[in-house]
Amino acid sequence: MKRIFAVFALLFCDPALADDRMAPAPYANVQLEDPAQEAQAQNLMETLRCVQCQGQSIADSDAKIAGDLRNQVREKIKAGQDPDAIRAWLIERYGDYVSFEPRLTGQTWPLFAAPLLMLGFAALFLRRRIARGQV
Amino acid sequence: MTAGATQSGQRWTLWLPLGFFTVFVAVVLYALLNPADREIKSAMIGKPLPEFNLRPAFAGLPGLSRADLAAGKVHLVNIFASWCVSCALEAPQLAALRAAGVDVVGIAIRDRPQDQALFLKRNGNPFSRIGADDVSRIQFEIGSSGVPESFVIDGRGTIRYQHIGIIQTEADMAAILAAVQEAAR
Repeated sequence: MKRIFAVFALLFCDPALADDRMAPAPYANVQLEDPAQEAQAQNLMETLRCVQCQGQSIADSDAKIAGDLRNQVREKIKAGQDPDAIRAWLIERYGDYVSFEPRLTGQTWPLFAAPLLMLGFAALFLRRRIARGQV
Repeated sequence: MTAGATQSGQRWTLWLPLGFFTVFVAVVLYALLNPADREIKSAMIGKPLPEFNLRPAFAGLPGLSRADLAAGKVHLVNIFASWCVSCALEAPQLAALRAAGVDVVGIAIRDRPQDQALFLKRNGNPFSRIGADDVSRIQFEIGSSGVPESFVIDGRGTIRYQHIGIIQTEADMAAILAAVQEAAR
């Protein structure tokens, strides 16, 4: 009897409310009318980090805040803004972390320099070996 | 090069892979034991608020605009929502800040008027104004990445301090009060 009651109690309980009851923003899940503009927006959204679920892009994320940011991006693209300007607008507010495309800055130059350095070392190493006739 | 020198050179390099592996394990262990700080801090500290004018979140209080925050008085802007569980936990601390003389205003994210009214009835109302940000527009403008977050805005409408997450501990309260005093200077 207790078990049956518990099952019924579970059926009628309210899930904890941790999400809003608003309809999503106009352009959160709706594409732009112009396919070229939508493609621009999609490309940009795939390289912007969701600030809540941080491993996902806003194009991937189901978080409400990502939907709102998609809405902002599409509205700005629709108004004729350049994707790079929109990315810069976000970086100005959240820092470089929000973009999945690293910029070349004082802090990030080793990212770009390291592969070149390694290639350089490899070339030197190979040249010495070839000169010694080991290859 | 003699045979002996080559051998001792080889013996030394034999240990290199183990050395690299040890360094690698040390780095991984360090990162595992000290998880990175995943809070995204606003890059807007020290910058002026954008122009905005938000409708009242419900009928009981006025809405919020930039002009309200740039009228000479320091404000604590609390980014919250009635659907946010941790925002309810924060209510007593906001009430204490208000009692300490801080002018607390709210920006409600994706919130319906009836839900707002119920939330304030249930948890108390420390706010003098609440603007409704239905599509998180102002939230993005000031570099806020979730609820709850609180910003200290000085009398000229400049963002001076950001608190991420629940205002919970004595240290949180002290830091916010200090930031408010600093902004009033």
